[in-house]
Amino acid sequence: MPALLLAACGSGPQPKSESDVSLPAAHVDAATAGAITGRVLFKGDAPAMPVIDMSSNPQCERQHRTPQKAETVVVNPNGTLKNVFVWIKSGLAPARWPPPATAAKLDQHGCIYEPHVQGIMEGQDLDIVNSDPVNHNVHAECEKNAPWNESQPPRAEHKFKKFVSEEVLFPVTCSVHPWMRAYIGVSPHPFFAVTGDDGTFDLKGVPPGTYTVEAVHEKYGRKEGKLTVAPSGTATIEFVYGS
Amino acid sequence: MEASRYNAGLHRWSILLAFCTLLLVVAGGLVTSRDAGLSVPDWPLSYGKLMPPMEGGILYEHGHRMVATTVGLFTIVSLIWLFRVEKRRWMRWLGVIALLAVIGQGVLGGLTVLYLLPWWISSAHACLAQLFFSTTVAMAIFTSDWWLKGAMPVDEDPRYPIRGLSLAAPLCVLGQLALGAAARHKAIGTIYHICGSPVVTGVVLWVALRILVHYARNRELRLAATTLVAITFSQVFLGIAAYMSRIAYADAVQPMPIMVTFTVLHVAVGALTMACSVALAILVRRNLTAPAVEYSTTRVAAVS
Repeated sequence: MPALLLAACGSGPQPKSESDVSLPAAHVDAATAGAITGRVLFKGDAPAMPVIDMSSNPQCERQHRTPQKAETVVVNPNGTLKNVFVWIKSGLAPARWPPPATAAKLDQHGCIYEPHVQGIMEGQDLDIVNSDPVNHNVHAECEKNAPWNESQPPRAEHKFKKFVSEEVLFPVTCSVHPWMRAYIGVSPHPFFAVTGDDGTFDLKGVPPGTYTVEAVHEKYGRKEGKLTVAPSGTATIEFVYGS
Repeated sequence: MEASRYNAGLHRWSILLAFCTLLLVVAGGLVTSRDAGLSVPDWPLSYGKLMPPMEGGILYEHGHRMVATTVGLFTIVSLIWLFRVEKRRWMRWLGVIALLAVIGQGVLGGLTVLYLLPWWISSAHACLAQLFFSTTVAMAIFTSDWWLKGAMPVDEDPRYPIRGLSLAAPLCVLGQLALGAAARHKAIGTIYHICGSPVVTGVVLWVALRILVHYARNRELRLAATTLVAITFSQVFLGIAAYMSRIAYADAVQPMPIMVTFTVLHVAVGALTMACSVALAILVRRNLTAPAVEYSTTRVAAVS
């Protein structure tokens, strides 16, 4: 019975099947590759974000000159929305896209995750760093990938993690500092971006074709649109969120 | 079997154990309400040490483990004490059950951390905590002087049966606690716990009012029923307050003090409701005999 209990506990998501590995290697003809650009607009009054109370750990508080606000909703001065993950959800021919050799980075700095939202490819390394003088735990709350929770003391070695299945988006949290929350989108291909201070995104080197592009925001959820990328052309799309 | 004599030390120790267990329930409630359940990813050590830096959520999670260890040690002492001085065999068995429960509780607590808080382990951990607390309260009652002096039981009025009905209160409270735990660990919606509230309150009132109306001459039953009603109403108020505070701070990026306070109080008073309903059921069986049973036989059974 205890063995059954433990087996049931451990039955989390499994790595991808062999068939995924057997897909043909992706190839993009540079001569015909196009791009998808756009921006994410925010209509209505921007919600006021609460100030994070870091008093439970003064060492976190001391690292900031000014009070830090939550990054749940960040509306840029030009009326666009920051921290939206945009990616090609469907339309690409089945292929195996090699992950980049460089690792994506997730830093714990000032008891805040940097960046707040990021994309990573299946199989790409995620380099997790603790730049703080305090203990953190890093909890990847994935559902399609195997979730994990590990401690990372100050000055500890970097942690390198991989995610093997497509999953957009899942939170990464720290229970030592419950305000700490980042989001990661795991994509099987390299055509994804996260909106920044100007609310725009730019997906380059996209093969010609018709695609469904999806925008995902941690609070306002998912929106999608269809577009066609002509050979060497640029397709544009706008997403509009509102309060 | 020889009747046990009152042992003041054992009784005070049992009260201390029950009190520490209530503190443990509060500490556990703080862990969940502060979202600190996974702040210490390893178990049984914490960050590979016996004593990690008590910062942020680690204070709550490791603090909970420290209180739990203390309660575990106190339970072992209780069991040794019971085996040394206690003549009632069933009482010694109750001590064994308490020790097994606290060990099981520790294992569930460790497993839920290692397996990232699966709702069913976390909920089982929460429910066993309530049962363990009720067990310690029962141990405090059974080791008291007034319990050992025996009762003067009277026949239950067949028109107003209460011996069976009194068991309904703790069973319903336990069911409601299980719904609350499942909602707290996000297995079900809070609506199920809210819907259970009038049912449990109704059953508790039914039992308590029957006692207060028909058996109020018995001081023990009167006191227990009045206390249960008072605690239950406090619990309903705290439940409403906890729910309202959660709605008010639904968009908060971290647990807010007012929400934490009401929720933890709701958990703690829930434990008191459970323990009080168990105590009432025990006292009903001690003070009221089934009409067909001989008075003298029952009295001996109650004392031995």
